[in-house]
Order: sequence, then structure tokens, then C-alpha cells
Amino acid sequence: MTTEAGSETEVKEKAEESAAEPDQSEKATEDSQEVANAEVEEKERAKVKEKEGKEGKGISRYLPTWLKKQKSQSQTSPTKEDPPTEEPVSEVTQEEEGPTPEVNGHAEEVEEKEEVKSEQVKEKEAETHSNASADTEPAKEEKVEESAEKSPEETKETTEGEGAEEETKEKEGAVEAEGEAGEGQTSIFQSPLRLVRKNKMKLVVCHVTLLDGTDFTCEVEKRAKGQYLFFKVCEHLNLLEKDYFGLTYKDNHDQKCWLDPTKEIKRQIRSNNWQFAFNVKFYPPDPSLLTEDITRYLLCLQLREDVASGRLPCSFVTHALLGSYTLQAEIGDYEPDQPRPLDFISQLTFAPNQNKEMEEKILELYKSHRGMTPAQADTQFLESAKKLSMYGVDLHHAKDSEGVDIMLGVCANGLLVYKDRLRINRFAWPKILKISYKRNNFYIKIRPGETEQFESTVGFKLENHRAAKRLWKVCVENHSFFRLNAPEPPTKARFLTLGSKFRYSGRTQAQTRMASSLIDRPAPSFERTSSKRISRSLDGAPMISITEAGRESAENGREPHLELHSDSKSSLRVHGDNIYVRHSNLMLEDHDKTQEEVLKHQASISQLKRSFMEAPPSSPPQPNQWEKRLTSSPATIRLQQQQVVSVPQTEAATADNTISDTKEPAKTTEVEIEETVVIQEISRAPKPGLVTVAASTPAAPSAEQEMREQEVEVQEEAVVVEEAKPRKEESISSESESEEEAEYHPYLPVSISHTQIPEEKEEEEEQEKQEEDKMPELQVLASDASSLPAEVIQPAEETRREEVESKKEDDTETEKTTNAEEEKEVERETEESTDDPMVTPDEAPNGLTLPEEGVTVMDARAEEEEEPKMNGEPSLTEAEPLPQVICCSEPPVVKTEMVTISDTFAAQKTEIATKEVPIVHTETKTITYEAAQLDGNGDGEPGVLMTAQTITSESLCTTTTTHITKTLKGGLSETRIEKRIVITGDCDIDHDQALAQAIKEAKEQHPDMSVTRVVVHKETELAEED
Amino acid sequence: MAGLMAGFGHYTHAVVRGIPVSLAKEALRSSQTEVDLAKAVKEQEAYVEVLRTRLGLEVVELPADESLPDCVFVEDAAVVCGDTALITRPGAESRRGETEAMKGALKDLNLNIVEMTDENATLDGGDVLFTGREFFVGLSKRTNQRGAEILADAFKDYAVSTVPVLEGLHLKSFCSMGGPGLIVIGSSEPAQKALKIMQQMSDHRYDKLTVPDDLAANCIYMNLPSKGHVLLHCTAEEFPESAKVFEKLKDHMLIPTSNLEKVKVDGALTCCSVLINKKANI
Repeated sequence: MTTEAGSETEVKEKAEESAAEPDQSEKATEDSQEVANAEVEEKERAKVKEKEGKEGKGISRYLPTWLKKQKSQSQTSPTKEDPPTEEPVSEVTQEEEGPTPEVNGHAEEVEEKEEVKSEQVKEKEAETHSNASADTEPAKEEKVEESAEKSPEETKETTEGEGAEEETKEKEGAVEAEGEAGEGQTSIFQSPLRLVRKNKMKLVVCHVTLLDGTDFTCEVEKRAKGQYLFFKVCEHLNLLEKDYFGLTYKDNHDQKCWLDPTKEIKRQIRSNNWQFAFNVKFYPPDPSLLTEDITRYLLCLQLREDVASGRLPCSFVTHALLGSYTLQAEIGDYEPDQPRPLDFISQLTFAPNQNKEMEEKILELYKSHRGMTPAQADTQFLESAKKLSMYGVDLHHAKDSEGVDIMLGVCANGLLVYKDRLRINRFAWPKILKISYKRNNFYIKIRPGETEQFESTVGFKLENHRAAKRLWKVCVENHSFFRLNAPEPPTKARFLTLGSKFRYSGRTQAQTRMASSLIDRPAPSFERTSSKRISRSLDGAPMISITEAGRESAENGREPHLELHSDSKSSLRVHGDNIYVRHSNLMLEDHDKTQEEVLKHQASISQLKRSFMEAPPSSPPQPNQWEKRLTSSPATIRLQQQQVVSVPQTEAATADNTISDTKEPAKTTEVEIEETVVIQEISRAPKPGLVTVAASTPAAPSAEQEMREQEVEVQEEAVVVEEAKPRKEESISSESESEEEAEYHPYLPVSISHTQIPEEKEEEEEQEKQEEDKMPELQVLASDASSLPAEVIQPAEETRREEVESKKEDDTETEKTTNAEEEKEVERETEESTDDPMVTPDEAPNGLTLPEEGVTVMDARAEEEEEPKMNGEPSLTEAEPLPQVICCSEPPVVKTEMVTISDTFAAQKTEIATKEVPIVHTETKTITYEAAQLDGNGDGEPGVLMTAQTITSESLCTTTTTHITKTLKGGLSETRIEKRIVITGDCDIDHDQALAQAIKEAKEQHPDMSVTRVVVHKETELAEED
Repeated sequence: MAGLMAGFGHYTHAVVRGIPVSLAKEALRSSQTEVDLAKAVKEQEAYVEVLRTRLGLEVVELPADESLPDCVFVEDAAVVCGDTALITRPGAESRRGETEAMKGALKDLNLNIVEMTDENATLDGGDVLFTGREFFVGLSKRTNQRGAEILADAFKDYAVSTVPVLEGLHLKSFCSMGGPGLIVIGSSEPAQKALKIMQQMSDHRYDKLTVPDDLAANCIYMNLPSKGHVLLHCTAEEFPESAKVFEKLKDHMLIPTSNLEKVKVDGALTCCSVLINKKANI
């Protein structure tokens, strides 16, 4: 009971915050919140966070749902938490992690680090810990045992809670700092070698094949994380700009995989073969921007290998040119008196098909490089290499939906599709809304083009699910590295973890550039290893075929880059349609539903809705017909020709706003969460109909304002009855399954990047803008705030589209009227509602969200990503996609969006009712928003009632019922959580906060799931002061 | 060769070919029109004169072959980039013989010759747009995927993207390069669509110059040591509106070049020469 209250206060705080600074990023909000909480129980929090963080790594899957739930809740508001529960959770986590009993210490550490080192990242609470020196401080504060935990790399060591030496702490701290992306630059200079290993750990010898072909051997603890080994290698190489590199290993299937720095090595390699290779992971598009020569040198080594093996195809002349630079770099100026230079050259491998002619050409060119320093030669080499079309392209075999062999190439700019060396399609990162895989299918969801109505999903088949996952990971990493300013925030605690939680954990290119710009050391001298290379090259004879190349490279510990096969004999079908989207042989989700179906579905939905609304709000927590129905086929809805561009977050926000209508005291909030379903993505091409709505809105604001005032007043007198019933239904899927799918939403840090530029603009320009002009756009956004509301709202109204479509005109009219007759409208509306409880007439104020209101943003991990906006409508998303619900202190008046109107009469009635002004109004309102769903037919069975609790505080009565259901459909396990919250109260209730809280909680409990539907059902008794 | 993609538009040589009498009657064409042979010959002479005298290129003039009515359109017979020349396999059977003379001429210029021997492959040079950074190959009636693959194989340094050509004879029937990173494009819907595809497929950004007439979008860009940006484009008589657009290019040395007669047999400006940069070869 008290718990509930506590949480609410929290929310309120947040709300205020956001109200104060509507534009602020979620992060900020979080900050403030955290600050508030920090005082309460720092340590608790730390623990919780820790847990969450760890869970994020996938442990949570093993956790019983209730545990997770606890956790997540605790995160939000520590006070809420039952201390006992926390303990178990953390323990579990630890176990999962294997190594660390000192979770707490670790957590604290991390926090400290972040605070101290990253000025920007202030996620952590204002801790009592002094911010003094990051490195030392942690050590002091933490127990010795804990210290071990601190550094990510150290995690290996973490296993032992045994005392760590003071030095260790320091070092660890440093290392951690390094590990933290975007953290203090100082970290780069830290030497991994300083890490002290615990004595008790079992040591394993790792063999790392370096780029020059030599082997590096070092011992690591068995439980060491990838990072530790990687840093050791970098230390050995004297490499500071290490973010472009990574370690690879071969999995059991002989496939090269990237070693995840954040995970234990042992768990990744799954074999006793501790054999790795040091490779370039992200090929910098412009190597000249690298700070140090040594970095360029290593990149050169990688590229020489790539070229020689044929993985990086190039022409005869280019082979010769690159070879000549290599010679110049490795052996210096050509010596005219050298006896038989050609013999020497022929001992080196420069190209897969090296011949005499090429060697002669190499020699000829080499002679012309006289006087060039090795570093210059390297630079020239890179300047040529970077222009090669396959530079930095990581190829993966795949088939399109028609079974045609293709290659998918992941690179800095996006995803390339090749068929027999020909590029047949290209999806730039900004064009991609979502990347996901499911079993051996790999999907990308594409932002609709100028002329397209809907986003489309393109599917490819990979050899197996491992390949699909590998590709997905590479995409996630490349996108993050090249497109984001900072990596996605770590995933929070998860309730049910389905799918991979993998995210790129390192620095992004932007960050690494920033960091390396601060490198301040004399250029390290390094030895060029021509001799080694020569011998190695001799060993590594030309590798031409893809498979061989792969194998070969595997042997060398190199990346088995796939090579475009020049002689592949696959049938040459000319797709006249390698045009965007068309070609791609889409494996569409449900996009093939006919319009009729959609309409039908719509109709039935509204029918169901009606019945739902008729049901008493406090009805038993079993899913009623409507719910089931809705749940079952949301995908279809999405396909409708909806005029609305809906953005999940905004939706949520809008929903909250709507609810905030103080008039309605009773509401039922259902939050349904489903994995794989992405709310945000429901972007649609705007329909003409929309225009009407939008058009009418701009005029409204002032009216709205007034209305709001009135409402507020009304509110004071109003009798508020709230009922809340939370219910959850979830199905729990097995871990293995979850591993088989995951999704990722490429997004840019600045939400506006999603903005689509009006059609007049060139696509390119569009992209350009998105990529480069984010800031300007942002500003524009801000300045345009006044005009924004309408736009913002539009996205929100998913439900609306259903009804709105049919009644669009009515609504619009209503709106207009509303605007015209400010105060009376309110009354009128209420009247209407009285007349027909089922009908929510309040569509009028449509689109009137005021910017200052601070939009309530519900952030879901899934949603946080990109929110495509069509028509250049700026999205009011937050800059930082942190999962937070932000409430504005001001109750937003906008009821309009998301309000489900069960029948078209409502609007009409409005006008009729105008004259009568009943004093007490009863208003029933149902607000629904739904997200696109991949799977249309999951009728979650009622499921098991997991929890049912009633929490009462003051005038509030909240009942939460949770149903967790597991459904097996066609071998696919689907988890559905349905939560019904009934809030009943007889005093002023901040609906905003209530809903926000509900959604927030849901989100936090299941960060990896998406809120697919939120239905708000309000029943209000209004006492209207006259 | 001074590195990849250096000196786009640098040319030293041009290969052209005479107009056979048979062109008037037998040359392939998409619309039935009478060709005034004398005028066509005159046009061609003027064209060659521009290349040779005005621009100072070394012009290799191949003799016309009466058995090859379309032989004047040498572009289709070879694709030259850097010092590699791909001898094509033209999509029109009647034109396959044209490559022989071309091959000889290019060999004489010491280019690396790559021949398209695959009998399933067809490729017309008119479907190949080299932007300086990458290739776009139009998949048309004359060019198929296999042909594009072989081209990709011949020029491994560059990305080769395919673009469907739904209308018009060749990809370059409605577009061409007007400068580094500048694509001249016709305003018809198919042309614009093709441009969109090219833009989507490319990692590079291109500016575009839209001209009202698709055929006018075919022009010849060169970057010559003493002349700077040079553009051979349509005359005002042919396409007055489009000519006006070209006239807005201030940085270019504009050379309106008449193509009234050859266009009747689907010959555009680029069709009549193969441009080569010999100095670029290291």
C-alpha cells in the first residue's frame, strides 16, 4: 500500500521535472528522479541497478518472473521495494553471472565511475560518494571483495570475493573507466596490464593471432570477460584507438564470431580452444582521421590480408598499387642495386591471383614511391583501399524469400544486398527502422519512401539461426558504432527476457574519435613486421573461393569474410525489380491482408470495444472478448490505411495526457506487453483525411487552454473515483527460443532524426538532413513548438484511426465547434457523455497538446528507438531514449487522441446537447492504443493468475492483477502479459500520473517487451461548478 | 593510375567510327523515321572535329563497316575505365560484330582488354553509367544481369549497381554525367524513378540536373587540363528548353553539339565515342 504511494510520489516528481523542462531528455528526468531516491537508499539502488544491468545481459531469463518484477520495481522506486526480495534477486544475478558475489560493490563502482568520469552521463543518483577521484574513491569505499567486481574486464576475477589489493581497485577502476563507452578520456591511457589478477582464479592460456601474423599468448582467468583479454592485447600492441578492433574466435561450427567484451570468454567460446584473432571490427570510413600511425598501421595489416585473400576484391591496377605501398612501408625505398627485386616480390602475396605481370607492375610503382616514409605509404595505401567498394563490408550469405542466393553486406552506411557481385539493393541505416531475426530469418523493417504508404519489412533467410543472429549482431554493432553518438543505454532489468539483449557495448565512432583526439603521447614507435608478414603470406596462399577463404581465415584466426563469388552459377534471374522494396522478395508480416479484411477487423473491434465498455470497470480480471480480440489481431490494424502516423511513445504520452482529464475519475488501464512487437514503428503515410484533423487543430490551442483551465476547476469539485486493476498475462518462453530471435531498432540519438522530410526534398537530402542536421532540426522543432501539438498528437491516435476514420468528419466538426465555444464545449462534451456513456465525444480538443505541458512520454526499450514520422512531422520524442515515464505536472487537457469512440453518434450528439448543462456528468472513456504486432493471432489463454494485490492509500484504491500466460503457437512461444489496473478514488486523482505510473511500471518490469496496447477506460462522475 | 577515382573526366583519347551508308536504312531504331545520311555524316564530322580540334583529344577513327549499320555508335562496344577495357557483347545480335574493330583499337592503346565471352551475357555500353565513383548498369532490352556481373568483375574496384530501364533504349538514353557527382537526368517519370534508384543504391551523394527532355540528358562531360569542365550537350534547335538548362552551368565550357540525325536511330551524344584516359595510366 505504502509502496504504491511511494511510487506515485516519484512519478509526480518526475512529472514536475518534465513539466519544468518539457524538452529535457529522459535521462535528465531519470536523473532527477534518481537523485530524489538516492538519498533514500543509495546502496539499495546500486544493488538493484547492478542486478538490472546484469540481467540485461541475459540472466534475467532464468529468473522467476516475480523476482524480476520485484527488481524492476525496485529500480524505479527503491523505497517501494521489499528489502527481502531484493536480496534474492541479487543473489540470483550473481549466480548467473557466475563470478560475482559482490554485486553490490560492483554496482556502486559503476555508478561512481560514471558520475566522476562522464560528465554527461549522469544516470546515477547523486550519491553520497564523493565525486573526487573516480579511481581511488571507489577503492576506498568499496570492500575489498567488491573491488574485484568493479571493472567489467575484471569480472573474470570477480568470481572470488577474496580480498583484492588496494592497487587492484585502482587499476580496476581505471579499466572500468576504459570499458565504459564514452567515459572519461583518461581511461584510454590506462593500461590493462596493471590489472591485478586474483590468485585464486584458474588461469587459462589464450592464444591470440595478431594482425602481423604473430601469436600473442597471455594468461587470463577462466572467468575473464572478453574485454580483459582484448585490453591485454591492445596493451601488448600499444594501441590506444582500439575501438575499431576486436577479437574473434571460432565457434563450434567453425564460424568466426566476435568476442563480446562484456561477457565471459568461457561462455562464448564454449570450447577449450582458447584461440583468438585480433582483427579490425569497424573499418573507419576515413582512415586519415585516425589519430595515430600505429592504428593506421594495424588497419593496413588487416587490409593487406583482406586484399591478399581476395576478401576485399580489387582490380589489377589497384592490387599493384596497394602492393607497392606495402613494399614501401615495409622495406623502405627501392634499392636500385638490389639484385633481383622481382624474386623478392614474388615471395610476397599481394593478391589472390598474383602473377608475374602484377609483380612487375608492383615493382614499377614501388620504385616511384621513393622517399615516402612508412607512415606515408600506409596512408596512401589506406587512401586507395578505402575507396574500394567492398571496403569495410562484412558479407553474409543469405537467400531472399524466393530462395535466390544473395549476399548481405553490413557496413558503415547500412546494409547492402548483392547478387553475384552486383549490388541490387541498399538500405542505408536511416532507412531502417528495425532489425530483427527470428530463427534463421533476418528482417529489416524499412521506413516508407516518399511515395510509399507503409513501412515494409524485408526478410532474408540465412543458413541457420546462428548465422541470422550473427548477422543481426553485426548490424546492431555497426549501426551503433557508426551512427550513434553513444551506445544505446544498457538494457534495464527485464522481466521476461525473450530474444537477445545484445547491444553494442563499446564506444561509438564518435566517441572514439573524441577520445583519440585527446591522445597525448609521443607517437609510439613500433616495429613493422615485414619479415613476419612475408613468412605468413607465404603460408597463406591465395584463398579464392568463399568457403576456402572462410576456412583459411579461420585458421589464421582472421575474419572469414565472405567473398563475392565471381563464378557462382546461381540462376541469373533478372529482377527488374531490384527496385527498392520490391525486389527484396519480402517476407512480409501481414502486409498482405486485404483492405476488406482490415475493415472487417476494424468493425469487429469497435463492436468489441463497445461491449467492453459496457462491462463494469471492476469486472473480473479475465480478458473479455474485446481484449482477446484486440490482442489477437493487432497486426491487421496496423495495416489499415491509417492516416495517422503513430509513434508509440507519443502515443503513450498522449494517452497519458488524455487521461489527465480530471473529469474522469475512474479508469482502467490495461497494459499489454508483448515481445517482438514494436510499438513505435507504426508510421504510416499520412492520409488526406488526416489533414483535416491536423488542419483543424492548429487553431484550437487557445481554446484548449481555456478549456483546460475550466477543467481544472471542474476537477477540484469533481468526485474522483478511481479503480485500478492490473492484470498480467504472460507466456514464458524457453531460453533457447528466446535466443532465436531478437530485434533492434536503429535509432539516432536525436529523435528528430526520424523526421522525414517533406516530399519535395530529395531522398538524399532527406537522409543528409537526418544524418547531419539533427541539431538544427531539433531547434526547429523547439521553435515550432506551437505548431507541434497537432503533429504530436496525430501519432498517438492509433485507436483513433479506427473510429476516427469512420467519424473523422464528425470529429473534426466537433473540434471546430469546440474551439469556437470554449467553455461551453466542455460542458457540452460532458453532456454528451452523459447521454451516451459509451461514447467519448472529447475528440474535439484534438491535437491540442501544448508543448509546455510536457508530454508524458512512456518509453519502452523497444519504443525508444526510431520513430518514423512522415511528412516531415517532427516527433516530439526525447533526445535520450531512456525508459522512463515522464509526467507533466500540468494536467494536459487533450483528451482527443486515442479516445475510442464507440459510435459515430457521439459527435452528432454533441451538438444537440450543447444547451443543457448538467451539473454532474458521468463520462466513460476508453482509450486504446495498440502497436503493430508481428503475430496476429495470439489469443493468450487466460493464463495463471500470478498476483493479485490491493494497495490502498488515502483515497486511492488500486487493484493489480497480473496474468502470465504462455502460449505455444506453431512451435513459437509467445509471452503475453496483461495487466489490469483499476484505480478507484474519491478525491483528486492525477490520472496522468496514474497511467504514467502504470505504463512505466510495466515497462520497467518488461523492458525488453513492448507495450502493444494500452486501453484506458475512464468512468467519471463530474460535478461541474456552474 | 593515380589512385582510384582520380581525375574523373580526364580523357586523352577518343575512339570513333565512321557512318556506313547502311545506317540510313538498316540501323536499328525504335521509331520509324527517315535518316538523312548526308546530314548524319556531317553531324558526325562535326562531332569528331570538336573532340579533335576543339578539345585536343587524340582521336582514333575506325572505318565504317557497311555490314554493321550501327557501328558508328561505338560506345556500346566497349566500356573503358582506367586502363581496363571491357569489350562488350551487345544485346542486339546484329551489332555483335562491332566489337572486333573496337577491340583492336583498344589493344593498340595498350589497355587491358577484358572480353565478355559468356554467351548468356549481353551488355551495351549505353547502359553503363560510370559516375567516377561507381557504376550503374541499366538492365534493359540490351543488357542483362549476367552482362552486369561481368562488368562488375572487370572493374572490381567499383560498386556496380543495377538499375532497371523500363523505358527507353539504354540507361544513358535519359541520363549521363554532367560533372563530378552531377547526374544529368531527364524529367520523365521513368528517368526520375531510375535516378531515385541510383540514389538509393549509392553510398555517395549526387547532385542532379534535371532537363525537360530525356534525350537531352545525354551529354558528354570531360575535365581537360587546359579547358576545365567541358560539356558537350544538345543544341537549342533540338531541345530548346533543355539547352537553356545547360546554359545555366557557369563553370562549364559548353559546347552545343548537334545530334539531330543520329538521334533518329537512337544515337545519343555519348554513343558516338569511347573516351580513354591514357595519361592516367601510371
